[in-house]
Amino acid sequence: MREVAVVGFTQSPSLRREPDRNEIEILIPVIEALRKQTGLSSKDFDFVCSGSSDYLAGQSFAFVSGLDAVGAWPPVCESHVEMDGAWALYEAWVKIQMGYADTALVYGFGKPSMGDLPLTMALQLDPYVMMPLWPDAISIAGLQARHCLDAGLMKPEDMAAAAVRDRGHAKSNPYAQVKGDYTVAQILAEPFLVNPLRRSDCAPISDGASAIVLAAGDRARKLCDRPAWIRGIDHICEPMDFGVRDLGRSRSTEIAAEKAGAGRDKIDVAELSAPFTHQEILVERALGLSAKTKVNPSGGALAGNPLMAVGLSRIGECATRIWSGEADRAVAHATSGPCLQQNLVCVLEGN
Amino acid sequence: MSAKEEQASGPVMVLSCPISLDYAYSAGQSASRFLRAIAEGKLLGQRCPVDGRVYFPSRGSCPMHGVTFGDDAVELSDKGTIVTFSIVRVPSQNIALPLPYITVNVLLDGADTILIHVLDAKLEDVHMGMRVQAVWKPREEWTTSTANILYFRPIDEPDAKYETYKEHI
Amino acid sequence: MAVLTAVVGIGQTKYEAKRLDVSMAGLIREAAERALADAECTWRDIDAVIIGKAPDLFEGVMMPELFLNDAIGGAYKPMLRVHTAGSVGGSTGIVAASMVQSGIHDRVLCVAYEKQSESNATWALSISLPFSLASVAGAGGYFAPLVRGYMRRSGAPDDTGIRVAVKDRQNALRNPLAHLQMKDISFEMVANSPMLWDPIRHLETCPSSDGACAMVMEKESLASRRSGKVAWIHATEMRSEPTMFSGRDQVMPQATLDNAANLYKKAGITKPREELDCAEIYVPFSWFEPMWMEGMLITERNQGWKMTYEGATAFDGDFPVNMSGGVLSSNPIGASGLIRFAEAARQVRGLADQHQIDGAKKALGHAYGGGSQYFSTWIVSSQKP
Repeated sequence: MREVAVVGFTQSPSLRREPDRNEIEILIPVIEALRKQTGLSSKDFDFVCSGSSDYLAGQSFAFVSGLDAVGAWPPVCESHVEMDGAWALYEAWVKIQMGYADTALVYGFGKPSMGDLPLTMALQLDPYVMMPLWPDAISIAGLQARHCLDAGLMKPEDMAAAAVRDRGHAKSNPYAQVKGDYTVAQILAEPFLVNPLRRSDCAPISDGASAIVLAAGDRARKLCDRPAWIRGIDHICEPMDFGVRDLGRSRSTEIAAEKAGAGRDKIDVAELSAPFTHQEILVERALGLSAKTKVNPSGGALAGNPLMAVGLSRIGECATRIWSGEADRAVAHATSGPCLQQNLVCVLEGN
Repeated sequence: MSAKEEQASGPVMVLSCPISLDYAYSAGQSASRFLRAIAEGKLLGQRCPVDGRVYFPSRGSCPMHGVTFGDDAVELSDKGTIVTFSIVRVPSQNIALPLPYITVNVLLDGADTILIHVLDAKLEDVHMGMRVQAVWKPREEWTTSTANILYFRPIDEPDAKYETYKEHI
Repeated sequence: MAVLTAVVGIGQTKYEAKRLDVSMAGLIREAAERALADAECTWRDIDAVIIGKAPDLFEGVMMPELFLNDAIGGAYKPMLRVHTAGSVGGSTGIVAASMVQSGIHDRVLCVAYEKQSESNATWALSISLPFSLASVAGAGGYFAPLVRGYMRRSGAPDDTGIRVAVKDRQNALRNPLAHLQMKDISFEMVANSPMLWDPIRHLETCPSSDGACAMVMEKESLASRRSGKVAWIHATEMRSEPTMFSGRDQVMPQATLDNAANLYKKAGITKPREELDCAEIYVPFSWFEPMWMEGMLITERNQGWKMTYEGATAFDGDFPVNMSGGVLSSNPIGASGLIRFAEAARQVRGLADQHQIDGAKKALGHAYGGGSQYFSTWIVSSQKP
């Protein structure tokens, strides 16, 4: 395996609604800042890969205009996944592993505020038997949360505590959307949004973009004093059907974490992109995190949830903490699909 | 078996499931500038800070260089040259014109990128290099919409030489 | 460095206007099962699944790979969904190959599909934002002016496109999977078909099809042990450029020229026309055959039409193109690129049945998309590099 590191990371602030910028106008300054941060120009990227969703954008081929932000001239070696940018990073990492690239630009962007996000997400479900019922994304997550509570896997207090922690951490994150000092009692006093979920159990709807630069070996050492080396990265997809999987655990996160080697050593920092508090608890357990791990120092997805970029940003948030020396070993998580269907785990180290 | 029973026991072949989602699209900062100008009957392009080329319509950044355009808008003429064209004889959901009609790639005077639009002319007359001008809606109907330009029509000017527009095909 | 990788199994559905007998899951499973049978594998033998298709709005499902994954054995495996406009089928093959070439997986399955009968592609492609200029009349309306530009530049005779269409439709008669089977196809028939987007006639365009294509790829140490024929992947390449920029050559984009040059360099090819035995090229409108003959550096600039005219690209020519009948005969959009890649592999495996080019050892598979701005290609061979 080649040594590959995250050597650059930039993001836009997560906003409930970008008032007047379109997706590309959100993305361009993010990539411009990344070029400045790394000192690289578009010509220096051997490979470019992005993640975005046509349904969030409400039009076909929405990713095509993303190329405008790259400055794709001369023509670039480029690919796109209809997935979170974390999977675009995986594809780029593979390209570097096979020796087709030494550096790669990866980005993800989404502007879900343009549509009705919970309803749009209903279109992810089986189109023949589930989607015609239009179950919205929060209700689907609510079913899972109800199962977790009734099976005794967690208590409402545990869920509220996750929100309290993430929002508290987010106070020091200028890019976070939901932040501040809350108490468990305060959150439990909230009315239900979709029983048993309260508003504070749900990640916000966020517009935003983020971008990362990957580099191999000596190239990475030249670009960064303390590169965040990817020591393992893996992802697993479960069947979608809720009747054939255990909704009370995240089996795919467990498998991906094991294959990525997450549990082999202590984990200083973990960044999770679970969009609901009960899911965050399930992911924490699947990763086998202990009290020694600082979870979501940035606030995680519950503090800012720019779909298609949020998973990629978790990898970036881990990397920045390795660059600074705050962490030696970090684990980033990304998810996709209803009820944590598909999960990616990335292990980063400073040494 | 009655027809109804057959239907009940046979395979479900088609399931119609209409999908309706509402989106509130944002034009973006650059397009907003362009649309406000077109509401005044002005065609605004933007200049790339790297190579000085004029983009119309501009999307706010240079796709070649990946840099944001500055504030220096360039007002363009509504006259231009047909770079290439097609005569369309198939109905298209987004264009409510009687068939056949002519679709043209127009290079506006002063612009360095093409605009795709339609031409009102005799089918046998249209050709590459033809000089054309925009025909606008009545002034009182102007809004922040590209539909302010109804179509282009030929003007009485000599054809542009192939060399002057060939790099825009 | 890259692990040598081979295509060891290929499966396709019959391409048809409407496959009402299967769901989307049933469609891709049909192709995947055939690929597994060809590779003499079971679902258990697959390490990862790569799925490709064109825009989600076509079938009205957001990220449909999520609900389709377990239908092709992807449960509890890594799964990626590729989407690179019209070139997506090709890109899906390339991403799948890279999973093995990188040494990460031993054997992967890739599937690309489109079920156009469950969709309204024309609608999906012409959603016009309220503030944008809705003046492009579909793909034909976009590409027809570029074809005219090519004709002006190259001086190609007006009937070049007709000749390509007749040839590809005749080739389709050799391929029972092809959607359009026009037994009485003739020059007059194409010439007299209605002019849709002048200069593009009806029979010079591709149909709308349902269909899926799947491939199994495997690392060298496994593929070498096989007694059956495999297609060794000599090189893959992808190139993209923006849709619109000043001075963009839309007829002969730099991205295709760079793609071709890099592909041949990786494959150690210096004289593609001589060293390649045949090619399966993405030609959704007939004129794109001569255009991509130039764009893939098979012939000199503005000379592509001569290959068509002189019969070089015919089934019995010196450089056969689109032996399967091409996109002109079958077009399940998201799968169309992968079908081109698969046909190249079938040729070098010697398993192309009635459309087999005798002795084909090295072949090119090609796909493009967007406004002629996304290109993905590969070269496969019966021999190891």
